[in-house]
Amino acid sequence: MSFFTAVWDIFSTGSLYGSTTRLAVFLALAAAGEWVAERAGTLNISVEGMCLVAAFAGVAGSDVTHSAVGGVAFGMFAGVVVASIQGNMSHRLTANQFVVGLAINVLALGLTSFLRQQVDLDVRAAGTFPGASHLPGVLREVFDQRWTAYLAIPAIAGCWWLVYRTRWGLEVRAVGENPQSADVSGIHVNRRRREAILVCGAMCGLAGSYIAVDTSGFSPNMTSGRGYIAIAAVIFGGWTLRGALAGCVLFGGAEALTLVVQRLELDVNRQFLQAFPYLVTLVVMAVFAKRTRQPQALAQPFVRGLT
Amino acid sequence: MTATITEAEATEVAGPSKLRDAVIVAAIYLASIVGALILSALLVGVTGGSWRKVFSALIDGSVRNDGAWGQTLSGMAPLLIVATGAIVSTRAGLVNIGQEGQLLVGAVFAAYLGNHMSGPGPLVIGCALVFGAFGGALWAGIAAALRFGRGVPEVLSTLLLVFVAFPLLDYALRYKSLLLDNDPTVKQQLNTGTQLPSDRRLPRIDFFGNEFHFGVIIALVVVLLGALVLARTVWGFRLRMFGLNPRTAQRMGVSAVVMGTAALVVSGALAGLAGGVLLAGTPDYRITVGYSRSFGWNGLLVALLARNRPLLVIPMAFVFAALRTGSNYLGATGVARDIVDVVQALLVLALLIPPAVLFIRDRRRAVAATSARV
Repeated sequence: MSFFTAVWDIFSTGSLYGSTTRLAVFLALAAAGEWVAERAGTLNISVEGMCLVAAFAGVAGSDVTHSAVGGVAFGMFAGVVVASIQGNMSHRLTANQFVVGLAINVLALGLTSFLRQQVDLDVRAAGTFPGASHLPGVLREVFDQRWTAYLAIPAIAGCWWLVYRTRWGLEVRAVGENPQSADVSGIHVNRRRREAILVCGAMCGLAGSYIAVDTSGFSPNMTSGRGYIAIAAVIFGGWTLRGALAGCVLFGGAEALTLVVQRLELDVNRQFLQAFPYLVTLVVMAVFAKRTRQPQALAQPFVRGLT
Repeated sequence: MTATITEAEATEVAGPSKLRDAVIVAAIYLASIVGALILSALLVGVTGGSWRKVFSALIDGSVRNDGAWGQTLSGMAPLLIVATGAIVSTRAGLVNIGQEGQLLVGAVFAAYLGNHMSGPGPLVIGCALVFGAFGGALWAGIAAALRFGRGVPEVLSTLLLVFVAFPLLDYALRYKSLLLDNDPTVKQQLNTGTQLPSDRRLPRIDFFGNEFHFGVIIALVVVLLGALVLARTVWGFRLRMFGLNPRTAQRMGVSAVVMGTAALVVSGALAGLAGGVLLAGTPDYRITVGYSRSFGWNGLLVALLARNRPLLVIPMAFVFAALRTGSNYLGATGVARDIVDVVQALLVLALLIPPAVLFIRDRRRAVAATSARV
C-alpha cells in the first residue's frame, strides 16, 4: 500500500516535528496576544500587520545592534507601536476596529515592502538553545530551536497569569463580557481594552521578531496570512488559552506537513499544498466555532451612554 | 458690559454657528489629509528619495501625460465595482474583507468561459462577466454558509479564503483544459492564461484622445444602481435596518440568514464582476499568476474611505486609481512603487480621524449642555 507507506514516511520524518514546533511557536505567541485582546472584547485583525512590522523591525534591529537580542527588542517595540495605533484609533477615537485593523495591515505590508527595497539589511540569526542538540531523536528535533523560541514559555505563561491571576485580568475579562456593567463598577472600559491591545502588540512583536531572527532576511509579506491563522486558533480554542495553544499546534502541524510532503517529493498537487493550511483552518473552524461561547462583547465598541 | 460675560455664557447666547462648524470640519479633514501626505513625503525623504520627484511622477502618470486620464478611468472601473459591493455588505453589518480573493475567483471564472464558450463575441463577453460574478458570489457564499451555518466570523473566513483563491488560480493555470495558454502559434509560456480573442474584449471608447474601456460605463451603472437600491428600495431599506439593528430587523420579518447571505453574496458577486471587467478590459486580456494585483484590497479601502456612501465612492476611486496609474511612472525616481500602498493606507487611517473627533466633540457639547441645564 503506497499510501500507507507515504504516510509512514511523512510521520517518521524528524523535520515534521521540528517544523511544527517552529511554526507553532510563532502562532502561539501571536495567538496568546490575540487571546488577551479578544478577552477584552477586541477582535484584533491587525495581528497580521503587527507581526509583519515586528518582523521587519526585528531584522532592522539585528542589523543595527549586530545581535539577535537587539532584534527582539526592536521587534517588540514595533509591535507595541502598531498596537498603540490600533488601540487609540479603535478605543479612544471609536473608529471601527476592523477598518482600523485592515488599514494597518495594508499599511504594514506596503511599508515593509517599501522599506525593504530602500534599505539594505543584514540579519543576525539567533543562536540555538544550549544543550538541546544532544537530545535523542524526535526530542532533539522538537527542542533544538533558537533560544528566542524559549521566550514563548515565560511570555505565554505571563499572559495566562495576567488574565487569570491579576486584578487587571479580571477587569479585562469583565470588559470583554459586559462593558456596561464594568463601566458602572468603575472600570475604565476603553483603557483596559487599549492596554489589552498593547499586550497583544508586545506578543506579536515577539512573534514577528522570532521569525525575523530565525531566517536569513526579510522577504515581503513573510507572515503571509499566518496572523489570521493565529486569530482562527483563538476562536478554535473557544477563547481559552489552552485551546488556542492546541489550535496553534494543529495549524502549525498542518503547515509543517506541507513542507515535509514537498521535501519528500511526494506526488501531491503543489497548489493544494499551498492552500492546505488555510483549508484546514477553515474546516476546523467550521466544525468547532459553534462549540463554545465567545466573550459577549467581542467586536462591539463601547461608548458610555450609547449602548 | 460685554467684558463680564464668561465664555460659557457667550457660546450659550450665540450658539454654535453653522458656518464656523463647517469651517472647522473642513479644516480637520484637510489637516488629516495633509498630515498623511506629509508623513508619506517624510518617509520618501528619510529613505533617500525626493518627494517632489515622486509627486510629479504620480501626477504625470495619472493625469498630465497624454492619454493618462483614460488609463486612470480604466483603473477606476474595478475599484468602483468592488467598493459598491463592499458597501452593500458593510451596510448589512457584515464585514466582508476578502474581496481580493473574490475578485480573483471572478477573473478565473470569466477567463474560463471567455475562452471556452462558443458564440458571438458580445454574447460571450456578457456571459463571461455574469459567470465571473457567479464565481465571486460562490467564494463569498462559502463565507456566508460558514457564518450562518456554523458561526464562523465572516471577518476571518473571507480573509482565509483569499489565501485559498491564489493557489486555485495557480492550479487552473497548470492545465490547458482550464486556463493555460493553448495558442499553438505562440511559444508556450508557463503560468500564463490564454488571451481573449479580439472580439471577446470590452470595447474601447475614445474620448478626446483618452481611451478607456467599456467597463467604466458598467462600473458607473453599478455604482448608481447600488446607491439607488440601498437608498430607495424596500430591499435596501431592510438591508440597512438589518445592519443598524439586527434585532429590530428580525422583529420586522427580516431573516438574518437570508438577508446576511444575500448581502455577502451580492458583495462577492460584485467583486467577481470586477474581476471579469478587469480581465476583459485591461490590455493583454489574459490572466496571469497573482492577477488581482491588490485591486480587491484597494476597492475595499475605497469603500472605507467613502464611509460607505455609494456616490462618494466615485471621487475616492479616482484618487486611488490615479495613485495606481501614477505609480507606473515611479521607476525613474528610484523610489519603490510600494510607496503608493503606504500613501493609500495612510489616507484611510487619516480620514478615520475627523469623524471620530467630531463625534467626541459633539458628545462633549451634549454633556456640557445637560450639566448646564441641571
